[in-house]
Amino acid sequence: MASVPFAPDVFTWPADEPQLVGGRCGECGSVTFPQPPSCARCGSTAVERHLLPRRGTLWTFTTQEFLPKEPYASGETPETFRPYGVGLVQLGDEVRVEGRLTTADVARLEFGMEMEVVVVPFRIDADGTEVVTYAFAPVDAGVEGADQAGER
Amino acid sequence: MSVAIIGVGLHPFGRFGDTSAIDMGAVAIRAALADAGITWPDVQFAFGGSFEVDNPDAVTSRLGLTGIPFMDVYNGCATAASALQLTADAIRSGQFDLGVAVGMDKHAAGAFTSDPVDYAAPPWYGEMGYFLTTKFFAMKINRYMHDHGISAETLARVAAKNYRNGALNPNAFRRTPVSVEDILASRMLNHPLTHYMFCAPDEGAAAVVLCRADQAHRYTSTPVYLRATTLRTRRYGAFEVHASWAAVDQDDAPTVYASRAAYEQAGIGPEDVDVVQLQDTDAGAEVIHLAENGFCADGDQERLVADGATEIDGPLPVNTDGGLIANGEPIGASGLRQVHELVLQLRGQAGDRQVPGSPKVGYAQLYGAPGTAGVSILTT
Ligand SMILES: [Zn+2]
Repeated sequence: MASVPFAPDVFTWPADEPQLVGGRCGECGSVTFPQPPSCARCGSTAVERHLLPRRGTLWTFTTQEFLPKEPYASGETPETFRPYGVGLVQLGDEVRVEGRLTTADVARLEFGMEMEVVVVPFRIDADGTEVVTYAFAPVDAGVEGADQAGER
Repeated sequence: MSVAIIGVGLHPFGRFGDTSAIDMGAVAIRAALADAGITWPDVQFAFGGSFEVDNPDAVTSRLGLTGIPFMDVYNGCATAASALQLTADAIRSGQFDLGVAVGMDKHAAGAFTSDPVDYAAPPWYGEMGYFLTTKFFAMKINRYMHDHGISAETLARVAAKNYRNGALNPNAFRRTPVSVEDILASRMLNHPLTHYMFCAPDEGAAAVVLCRADQAHRYTSTPVYLRATTLRTRRYGAFEVHASWAAVDQDDAPTVYASRAAYEQAGIGPEDVDVVQLQDTDAGAEVIHLAENGFCADGDQERLVADGATEIDGPLPVNTDGGLIANGEPIGASGLRQVHELVLQLRGQAGDRQVPGSPKVGYAQLYGAPGTAGVSILTT
């Protein structure tokens, strides 16, 4: 079955070791995610595509325990909604990136724990296409330790 | 040219059926005019703030079509602070002697919705479940609690105080005290923030009449002087709402810069402030904003809140009218509600919630997406 990223060029896919696609400013070196049209620090438009480190540390986190309004597009209803974790992960010393976490159980999350980028299912479209997204998983638990439905 | 506040007026905050935002704005302006002892034809100009109403100047059709310049502003959660600053600046510049700042809004229940690209966020930011202010505030306070030893009980105590203060305020939306236990036990929305720790979008309006300070005594024996109005946007390195990334090299939040500039403009420091209104979008925001506005060191909130320092009768009264948690947030009006409360407190007219000891200096702070802060300082 086809698995399609939710948006083009946000992460490398298909890939055994997916990486997030950020931007690096050719003028001041500022690294951001995703790749922006210009630099948030200096305003330069010379921002180049830059693959981010796969691993980092959890800087902060929370849980999303109610169904977001539109434009949220997971296809869930208030009845089928599954809470998800969200965090900021510091990738190397380059940038802190916001992403979904593979667990919504705060007992399994610690400030500073090692995390890595994984690609997980987000929704199944009517034509059977599986839409996938990037997420951060605790390194010692790995993707197998994640608690989301449909995890590989 | 310095500026005085000679009248304040409010339409209560809450839910009001079919009453339009414009009509609530008219109620607030009429109350402010009566408070100043003037009539609408005395008003030379106005600034009106709203999120939901495209043209707040439509309120002139309720008050009298006098032909005055009436300028509409929208600046996120700092909309009211912007309307206040622009009104004050127009008087400071010598262009006008007397004007009105008004804010009005009427929001549907639930979180605000917009298009994330209008906040410079990625186009998929909402689709993928990131476009939520509550989630940002939760991530910010969670890290802050970890770094500075703040407990969930402290967040609940802050919310309980604001509900208790709201119960003393006839204009508040939430007028029923809620216990610390019930706040902690209410539904978790975004860890560590529970349902009762958040404010809700609602409806309401507030208005302020300003004039040249040297003419204030024509209208009132108790003018309140606007000593500082500042606005700042986020700098590179600040961790802000609706952003898919944050820089590793951290900088202070925009509130810190707005606050420092306001103290400098007013020529006073946080130790001189007698009554404080802070943006408590959630209980954690009040905790963080106490430090960002210079009222304590990071981490001191744990002890200050436990000791009751921020209660109405404490040494540092915060959100004496119940803040956003008890009043809700009609965006355009919220900051002028803060000013309304400070003026009543400085005049000694705050009734059951009056801060004892004749407060002389009031401080108000707003913060909102995508990283904008406003601060006002008022004195007797
Ligand atoms: Zn740059």
